[in-house]
Amino acid sequence: MEDSETLKFVIVGHIDHGKSTLIGRLFFDTHSLPPDKIEEVKRASEGSADGRIEFAFLMDHLREEREQGITIDTAQTFFKTPKREYVIIDAPGHVAFVKNMITGASQAEAALLIVDVVEGVAEQTKRHANLLSMLGLDQIIVVINKMDSVGYQQDRFNQIKRDVGEFFHDVGLTTNYYIPTSALKGDNVASHSDLMDWYKGPTILESLDLLVNRVSPEDKSLIFPIQDVYKISGERIAVGRVEAGWIEKDMEVEILPDRVKTTIKSIEKFNEDKNRAVAGESIGVTTEDPIFLQRGNVLCVEGKEPTITKSFEANLIWLSNEAFDVNERIKLRLATQETSGDVNLIKRRIDSSSLEVLEENASIIKNLEIGDIVFETKSPITLTKFNDIQELGRFVLVRGNDVVAGGIIT
Amino acid sequence: MDHLSKLESNSIYIIREAYNQFQKVGTLWSIGKDSTTLLWLIRKAFFGKIPFPVIHIDTGYKFKEIYQFRDEYTKKWNLELIVHRNEKAISEGMGPDKSKLECCTELKTNALKSAIDKYGFRALYLGIRRDEHGIRAKERVFSPRDQDFEWDYKNQPPELWDQYKSKADAEEHMRIHPLLGWTELDIWQYIKKESIPVVRLYFAKDGKRFRSIGCEPCVEPIQSEADTIDKIIEELKTTTISERSGRAQDKESDYMMQKLRALGYM
Repeated sequence: MEDSETLKFVIVGHIDHGKSTLIGRLFFDTHSLPPDKIEEVKRASEGSADGRIEFAFLMDHLREEREQGITIDTAQTFFKTPKREYVIIDAPGHVAFVKNMITGASQAEAALLIVDVVEGVAEQTKRHANLLSMLGLDQIIVVINKMDSVGYQQDRFNQIKRDVGEFFHDVGLTTNYYIPTSALKGDNVASHSDLMDWYKGPTILESLDLLVNRVSPEDKSLIFPIQDVYKISGERIAVGRVEAGWIEKDMEVEILPDRVKTTIKSIEKFNEDKNRAVAGESIGVTTEDPIFLQRGNVLCVEGKEPTITKSFEANLIWLSNEAFDVNERIKLRLATQETSGDVNLIKRRIDSSSLEVLEENASIIKNLEIGDIVFETKSPITLTKFNDIQELGRFVLVRGNDVVAGGIIT
Repeated sequence: MDHLSKLESNSIYIIREAYNQFQKVGTLWSIGKDSTTLLWLIRKAFFGKIPFPVIHIDTGYKFKEIYQFRDEYTKKWNLELIVHRNEKAISEGMGPDKSKLECCTELKTNALKSAIDKYGFRALYLGIRRDEHGIRAKERVFSPRDQDFEWDYKNQPPELWDQYKSKADAEEHMRIHPLLGWTELDIWQYIKKESIPVVRLYFAKDGKRFRSIGCEPCVEPIQSEADTIDKIIEELKTTTISERSGRAQDKESDYMMQKLRALGYM
């Protein structure tokens, strides 16, 4: 098996539509559970309403989660099929925990969006779909769950499928599959259900194996943000992670934002003799000229520079109970760059679930609202559009010491 | 890039990020396979020399092999080692024969608290992994602890795109978890790839080996014939027994780990 194949996916959806149950079912049906874990869950399930095993307890480990039957925080766990290994990110479906959902989803390469066939498209179904779109996720499997409670009827499935399809169209999201399931009973999770012969598509397990891994953007031109500079035996080594493209010894590079040029003298990695590094690698470099490098500088290739600017347009999701005001001075972090700035203009503020435009030319953005904004920074910042290079096209806003918003550059 | 190189690069990124953001940092070394792998990665991140102290919270109940290994590699890797014990509790006879919750709290959590007080650490690296325990699966990479050492697991900060929280004034210290995304199998495959030395208790002797090590009275070996790294990797690919099944503190009650961690346990 190819080791690099591990794939991270997130399970999202409205509260009680069955995310944690689905994960439990996936583990159970693929025999991924150690006996002592099954025992622990069985013990914790005793006294539950109908005496059945609570699959959800496998992920919901906090006492509060088990007692209240909801997922509070995102969790990650591991499971494998004969094809590859997976990291499952479980994200909470309650509106109070959207910041935890985003934390989970921002680390995923694909998503399973689960919708209860009875309740249909609900508030968090829409909000999560919208956020997946914003986070740039382009591999989505829609799971239409609880088919057992509608007698496995195809027309009920088709109706929800249509509703989801319409909303996906509105937020610009495409889906790989719609799968009718009962996570509780195990239909179409690990094996095909005899109760739904009208469905000819893949099971959840099969659909996962059809997803593709996200690759680091090696084919783009160099983006190397400097993380820190160390002095090691008299030599100054600038360290960081190559975020796009590749870098090698004797390469001519340009240092942004000041556009100073130099040549790479060496690529440094402890106990390794290395002349070249590619996107995804944490390395160090030394330069031919004694130039002053510092955290926040970005190394690139002349003629293929990202944008250097003090003003940019972005979409941001606000994640704090205390609203954001156009006049507020706030810290911005983008890759290893940090600067302060403010929102010059909130063109529109949007409800992240209904997509309704709440106000044009707004002066504030409230919790869980999306702002279509123009941001102005104090000092020049190096960036690209999110669709060009994600690593240099996304940022967070920090108030005090807390991350209060995530944004993508449009 | 293969899977292990990707994990390595991301861990090194996290290690360097925390070192850049916090003034006074240290790393906890239990001498087990995970924290030893963490030391290995920290050495790589700083080109061979760890620029901060390595802390061993010693309960006095560790295996002799652990102490031997500690002393040997402290010298070889030129570590700035701090050994810290809750001498008061030890002299008053605290031990696992009392309640295990109490013993872990006194000899580990409270010992760590006093080490932090004494040396003024603002951030500590720990080698915990998400796949070890359901509670650890919910951890963040940068995880704040307050003055009472408590983990506010119901209100964790968002973590997006490798942008981590900085420490607020009200917070006592930040826990840094560079190995959070690694599995037990990843650790062993990396140990093999890099030839990282580990305590020999992990290798089978007379049909038994330790899968997880800690205090001698509170860990049990598992049945195993795996006496080489290759055999351990093979065993892990097929086993259905969970890693910490031999750890007493995970067993006392279902929420013991949550209680311990909320109180500041590692």
